[in-house]
Amino acid sequence: MSDNAALPNGWQLVVGLEVHVELATKTKMFSASANRFGDEPNTNIDPVTLGLPGALPVLNKHAIELAMRIGLALNCKVQPCTFHRKNYFYPDLPKAYQITQYDHPLNVDGFLMLPGDVRIGVERAHLEEDTGKSTHFGGSSGRIHGSDYSLLDYNRAGVPLVEIVSRPDIRTSEQARQYVAELRSILLAVEASDAKMEEGSMRCDVNVSVHKPGTEFGTRCEIKNVNSIRAVGRAIDYEARRQVDLIESGGTVRQETRHWDDASGRTETLRTKEDADDYRYFLEPDLVPLVPEQSWVDRVRDALPVLPAARRKALAELCGVDKDGESAFVVVERGQDDYVREVVGCGGDPRRSVIYVQQAFAEQGSTPKVPARDLAMLTLLERDAKVTSTQAKTLLTDLIDAGGGDVVAMAAKRGFETLDTGALESMVDAAIAAEPGAWQKYCAGEEKALGALVGAIMKSSKGKADGKAVTAILQSKRAK
Amino acid sequence: MQKLVEIVAAVSSGSKTAIAVVEEHLARINERESEIHAFNLVTSDQARKDAAKIDEDVKSGKAVGALAGVPIALKDNMCTRGVETTCSSKILQGWKPPYDATVVTKLRNAGAVIVGKTNLDEFAMGSSTENSAFGPTKNPLDVSRVPGGSSGGSAAAVSAGFAAASLGSDTGGSIRQPAALCGVVGVKPTYGAVSRYGLVAFASSLDQIGPFTSDVRDAATLLEVISGHDPMDSTSIPQPATSLVSVLDHGVKGMRIGRVTDLPEGCEPDVLARLEAAFDALRVAGATVVDVKLPSLQYCLTAYYLIAPAEASSNLARYDGVRYGNRVDAADLNAMYAATRESGFGEEVKRRIMLGTYALSAGYFDAYYGKALKVRRLISDDFARAYKDVDAILTPTSPSTAFKFGSKTDNPLAMYLCDVFTIPTNLAGHPAMSVPFGVGSDSMPVGIQVLATTMGEQAMFKVAAELERAS
Repeated sequence: MSDNAALPNGWQLVVGLEVHVELATKTKMFSASANRFGDEPNTNIDPVTLGLPGALPVLNKHAIELAMRIGLALNCKVQPCTFHRKNYFYPDLPKAYQITQYDHPLNVDGFLMLPGDVRIGVERAHLEEDTGKSTHFGGSSGRIHGSDYSLLDYNRAGVPLVEIVSRPDIRTSEQARQYVAELRSILLAVEASDAKMEEGSMRCDVNVSVHKPGTEFGTRCEIKNVNSIRAVGRAIDYEARRQVDLIESGGTVRQETRHWDDASGRTETLRTKEDADDYRYFLEPDLVPLVPEQSWVDRVRDALPVLPAARRKALAELCGVDKDGESAFVVVERGQDDYVREVVGCGGDPRRSVIYVQQAFAEQGSTPKVPARDLAMLTLLERDAKVTSTQAKTLLTDLIDAGGGDVVAMAAKRGFETLDTGALESMVDAAIAAEPGAWQKYCAGEEKALGALVGAIMKSSKGKADGKAVTAILQSKRAK
Repeated sequence: MQKLVEIVAAVSSGSKTAIAVVEEHLARINERESEIHAFNLVTSDQARKDAAKIDEDVKSGKAVGALAGVPIALKDNMCTRGVETTCSSKILQGWKPPYDATVVTKLRNAGAVIVGKTNLDEFAMGSSTENSAFGPTKNPLDVSRVPGGSSGGSAAAVSAGFAAASLGSDTGGSIRQPAALCGVVGVKPTYGAVSRYGLVAFASSLDQIGPFTSDVRDAATLLEVISGHDPMDSTSIPQPATSLVSVLDHGVKGMRIGRVTDLPEGCEPDVLARLEAAFDALRVAGATVVDVKLPSLQYCLTAYYLIAPAEASSNLARYDGVRYGNRVDAADLNAMYAATRESGFGEEVKRRIMLGTYALSAGYFDAYYGKALKVRRLISDDFARAYKDVDAILTPTSPSTAFKFGSKTDNPLAMYLCDVFTIPTNLAGHPAMSVPFGVGSDSMPVGIQVLATTMGEQAMFKVAAELERAS
């Protein structure tokens, strides 16, 4: 089940996403402790992080700037904003309140475009601080209740987060996956976060409901612990089906928070609306309103890089591939589009350039070692049928292993003789003579017969002939 | 009582050693502290070491600070590195902060000698120090009476000559009211003038640190040292400290002094008589007394007792037994929270946490906390109108002189009324100070409160200095 086409009886899926990302600042949101993943527990702490009596928060300017980058990249309005306290008790929340943004967030009213020009609204992207990390030992659930003891690591406490809240504009689990993937690309492009879902620096909460088109939205459930793009799709598909089954069997969906169990592929109740905390939000008196000067916002906007969607479009236009296709996405995500542009600039065949890079440069990063002109030469050898596509793949591997070099010499070393058109034509004539039955059938319009002829030529050339070139010669002979 | 400015002059000139000054104060502490209980902790050893260091510096000709050799006591809600800081609460008993509050750093840099941590109403919630978990402080002028609160220990320490000066914190009158009741000078500066970094929070939008001293000049000197912008406190005013000592001799000729015509009722007649005498003294000195109206004044007490507990309920939530302070073990997490907080907090603290939690709760927020914020804006507007016509306003500091122990402990509302004249300036963020101005019918001191607008400390100190000259 990959999208809601699988939902029976005309049920329509409605999804909204809340994505938390840790910002790539050097220090924490309100103190000078390092913001670094993977350090020894409780080494990046200080009075502010631990919420010691008398400690006060001071806003990290870099965190604000990264949050603005995210907002501007998501087409949001950046506005004067305030901070609130969200009050609740939990051991990994040192002050027993989280400093977050409530009714006046930094970024509002943006959008993100998905393939096929689907526009997903972004309600807000606000700043807040992360909690510490609890690990519970003993017991079966891995949660605090029923555990023997718990250990707390406050290294993560106070790490700056931006929470990006989409509007409920997503209609399929495929769109949800695309949304998360696109958002991740943008976060990486603007260097606001390393956005590693497996390390928790990017985390998704998914709001799922179902309804019949033309009626009001159904009651939604919030799903937590969705830790990969694949899990986003699976959790939505499971939850949508659960809700439809529930309604169709006469039940009603309760508003609740549910936990995604990736191993069993199911969601289960975490807490219902009735036992939700009353967070007693109020304006954080230890901070003053944040009013970003227009000149600052403009500077951040002007410094934004070209975003992935625009880069994919430019690359697609240059290379003649689909802007929503795999090669454009992969090459731009790896940051190799400039390299492809360089290869094309050296005279490389555009389409072959992007596909070579997509298929063979996964390990090369944004500045591959192979000089652009060497790769360009390889695309030309293949385009001009100096080597076959199979041979080209071999040479591509050689080129990467050697970190570049003279492709023509490499081809010669491999014994890839270049077959000129004259040699090919005589081989084609020989094949027609050897397979007269097949030739007759082909001339009568039986396209399948082509295979036997091409096969014969490949055999006689020991695989050196280019299949496409052979086909072209056969076609032109038939046309005469 | 020894004057701060005289100590600085003597110590920095070498005519008297800092160690001699400290020993004099420690001797007075030895003599009367068991009776008064101004301190939760006396740091004699460290004080002697610090004084010896000052003397060395003087001897070797090194520059010494503006408070060289001055024995100072700190309210026990200001963090001192490695020295127990309890807020007079069982929940923090034994807790030693790993850092100094900004004011403590400033005092040390100026050469002050810290002699100890003073008693307070638990977490600064109270007006008599009777809410301290470690027992009340006595008024040095009459030990059957309270010293006021919550900074009662700091007021008593100066009044009894245990320290030449002290620091307190003022959320709704906690410096000015005990200053009035103990017959000393107490200043609540403009909100943001003095850093709150390292002050254990009661109500963050109202809390402000300020000095207790035996006279106005000492208060100006000490306040100049502790004021000024601190990048560690986001609410700190981004300006250097205001010059205050320089204006003390300016007099009040031509100044317009506000007389509030709609002052809340309930003030003792002998206190009101001293207020009239204060107006007379200022008229004689060349000031004009102008009637002003503050119609929202009557709502301030109610608004304060919603806003302060609301913030307190959030500020005190961190005392959960998980990371520091006392923990009472129990079967599971929620039971541990409950047992820890049940045994760690006193009655008044619990009452305010309940009040504040309620005021912020879904469904009640608008009716309580939201409305209180509106009153806060109204009183600020009232003051803004008044300060178009006047440079300062005079009111009593407290409705009565120091009262007897136990006389208000059964009735929280009667205790809350002690703050009726002091609370409005906290809500507005303005400065105000209490100056002793004669005595009441019980021979106990009466304090007159001088109010001024935001950053109006110079006008406030001019008036206070004039009142001191006239008293």
